[in-house]
Amino acid sequence: MQLAILAGFVVAGLAPLLHRGFGARTPLLMAMLPAAFAVWLASLWPVLADGESLLLEWAWVPGLDITLTFLIDGLSWLFAMLITVIGTLVLVYAGEYLKGECDLPRFLVVITAFMMSMLGLVLADNLVALFVFWELTSITSYLLIGFHHTDPVARKSAQQGLFVTVGGGLALLAGFVMLAQAGDSWSLAVLNERGGQLTGHELYTPMLLCILIGAFTKSAQFPFHFWLPNAMAAPTPVSAYLHSATMVKAGVYLLARLHPALGGTELWEVTLSLVGAVTMLTGAFLAIRSINIKLLLAYSTVMALGTLTMLLGLGTEGALVAFVVFLLAHSLYKGALFMVAGIVDHETGTKDVTAMGGLRRVMPRTAVVACVASLSLAGLPPLLGFLGKELMLKSVLAADHYGGLILLLAFTGAFLTLAVATIVLLKPFFGPRVETPKTPHEAPAGMLVGPALLAALSLLFGLAPGTLDTLVEVTVNGLGAVEANVHLALWHGINLPLLLSMASLVLGLLVFRYWDGVRRRLAWLDPLIHRGPERGYEKLMAGMVWVAEWQTRCLQNGYVRNYLVMTLLVLLGLVGHALLVRHPLDIEMSIDAYFHEVVVAGLMIAGALAACVMRSRLAAVAAVGIMGFSIALIFVLFSAPDLAITQLLVETLTVVLLVLVLFRLPRFATLSAPAERWRDLVVAGSFGTLMTLLMLSVLNGERLPRISDYMVANSQPLAHGHNIVNVILVDFRALDTLGEMFVLALAAIGVHAMLRFHAAEYDAGHGQSGRRGNNG
Amino acid sequence: MESLMAVTIGVLFATAIYMMLRRSIVKLVIGLMLLSNAANLLIFSMAGMVRGAPPLVPKGLSAPAGAVADPLPQALVLTAIVIAFGVLSFAVVLVRRAWEVVRADDLDRMKDTDT
Repeated sequence: MQLAILAGFVVAGLAPLLHRGFGARTPLLMAMLPAAFAVWLASLWPVLADGESLLLEWAWVPGLDITLTFLIDGLSWLFAMLITVIGTLVLVYAGEYLKGECDLPRFLVVITAFMMSMLGLVLADNLVALFVFWELTSITSYLLIGFHHTDPVARKSAQQGLFVTVGGGLALLAGFVMLAQAGDSWSLAVLNERGGQLTGHELYTPMLLCILIGAFTKSAQFPFHFWLPNAMAAPTPVSAYLHSATMVKAGVYLLARLHPALGGTELWEVTLSLVGAVTMLTGAFLAIRSINIKLLLAYSTVMALGTLTMLLGLGTEGALVAFVVFLLAHSLYKGALFMVAGIVDHETGTKDVTAMGGLRRVMPRTAVVACVASLSLAGLPPLLGFLGKELMLKSVLAADHYGGLILLLAFTGAFLTLAVATIVLLKPFFGPRVETPKTPHEAPAGMLVGPALLAALSLLFGLAPGTLDTLVEVTVNGLGAVEANVHLALWHGINLPLLLSMASLVLGLLVFRYWDGVRRRLAWLDPLIHRGPERGYEKLMAGMVWVAEWQTRCLQNGYVRNYLVMTLLVLLGLVGHALLVRHPLDIEMSIDAYFHEVVVAGLMIAGALAACVMRSRLAAVAAVGIMGFSIALIFVLFSAPDLAITQLLVETLTVVLLVLVLFRLPRFATLSAPAERWRDLVVAGSFGTLMTLLMLSVLNGERLPRISDYMVANSQPLAHGHNIVNVILVDFRALDTLGEMFVLALAAIGVHAMLRFHAAEYDAGHGQSGRRGNNG
Repeated sequence: MESLMAVTIGVLFATAIYMMLRRSIVKLVIGLMLLSNAANLLIFSMAGMVRGAPPLVPKGLSAPAGAVADPLPQALVLTAIVIAFGVLSFAVVLVRRAWEVVRADDLDRMKDTDT
């Protein structure tokens, strides 16, 4: 299985080659891949139906306890099935939708890669593997949202989606690390058996919050919901697949997956049910205000994701049953509706629902599909959506915390959703025929088969909910409920949820009837929405750029001195801290020097100080020369004849060089203000003190065995040399010397080139343009 | 002797840094010279200073008879002296060239790429 998924990535990469051979039929060919996965998953069903779960082991990085082990139980089977089946249909659909698009191969590469990442995400048992697949879905989603990369809006939306989900991903990673620390395992299967150990752990709260941020950003929960509607810049097959049926459900999947490990606490229940309910209302409410068919559907997806989160928060057996049914129902009808929206957009050339109407006469088959799917969205019998909504209302009525508030939010969400469903169905397909930018025709078979199949499943499962009993039971058992016994049925008699459903039907129809008025009335809320979380995101982005500019202005301002001072201060801080705080100073001063040595040291100090205060360049160079020759004397006195020779030679050359060049250089000038001089004096003084203290503390420290003992002992026997320093240079560390020669050669070439340029320029006759040219 | 050298090296570093912080480019070059000398001296004296025992193997023996000065820091410093000379000569020519083109002695006036 693991190998199959990795091979799937390879197949994704091969799409452009296939496209060269098969042309427009490539999407059909690629659709075989998810179809094969679906068949394989279906063949596993008998095992799962018995209540077993499969663990496919595969070591990845054994030393770090990272595996690619796959866990197939009810929950991951359901998700994997949705991914592969809808994936197959979406590829078939996309083949028609993007017909003639020259970027079709690119689309196929990315969407197939996404499919494999998503499968890996829902099947992975290891937290690290799950995280890797999680980020892969974020990246592929980014590439798909920005598919029309020439459009600045698409680029901006893609970036926003990426930043929000990947930012959440970082929090998720931190949460995972804490989770693995607390549970002492990276395996989800193991962690889910250690629920009590985790919820009682001191890291529980930060761990949960980090994981929730990750899941909420991915699943577009309030206040991170804003990226999802913007993601509608993607081609419609992508919206149908990633941004309604699969990727946005990854967050919900993760919460469901971790429900046995982390759920059951008050923090979990309150956060999830409240955030879910608020998201639900926000989504439904924003949907009502939109006239773009894709935005209507996107906001209703936000609403559905909120519902799923809320149900997980409630956490009762009934809520978990509702979760599974609602999840399945939503994937079926929303996938279908998005594809219908794509057809409508494709055929009429507009996405504005107020600018179309009466389409059922020109595209009757599409209208039938739309009808079934939106009735399921509306939650009307006998469709699966009805079942989902009934179960949802039932479990909300039984909520422990904030029951009244959540019921109010859920009920409002429900009737607004009904209104959205009515708008999506009635506005384009019924009413008088409205002229559209393009003359619509019935959709081609390739585009209809996907939505038709999904709508048919909604109807089928709605009519015979008993067929889902085993699946829901197996999945709910995996979510940690004790041995649920599920019997789904459409008719439960007249009870409170049914009455609420009827009330929401009436209210929803009223909203639809007065939709234009409602939209106008709600216009006063516009400023509020503009100050919403999306504004916060933009502020954050602008703030980041501002900080970057500010620090560039501060740190990279072009003044050499400032760079130097900054570097020195950091060095002072770090070394000083290590020296004074971490290893308390332990210094012994002992002056065991002969008189002539003290004189030489005094000469050095005098030379260095004189170099600083001399006002003439020649005198300063002479002072540095005195210092250099004194150093040579030190080398002579302290057993380093080779160094003394080299120092003498180099010092002589340096003085000659400087004297030669000096009269071509500017005179010394006093440029700094007194305050600056004092500042520099303080910096220089503290740095000198630091170096002195550093050296004194090193001298007083423990002596390690000398590396050079080996060289001293082997200089004659191995290298046949009597001067050990020379042997080190040309034999033991010959490569260093080679490197040094390169450096010198480079410096020589540089010097030569600069002098030659100079000559060429003056030959050309002092031209200003010539100068500039040489500069560049 | 090491304590005395520690103080001397401190003074050398301080003067080097002070000169490198000047705005005049020629002073920057002088600072560079002081800095490389200070660093060489630091490495040399950190290893311990020994009088009258150069790391040489007498004729006829396969190793020095008694303890000798540590040859490794000496080899490193020898390399460093030569490299410092290379860097210095490059810097001097560069400064000269910059002066010819820009005709500015002030580093603050060379802060943009197109002055």
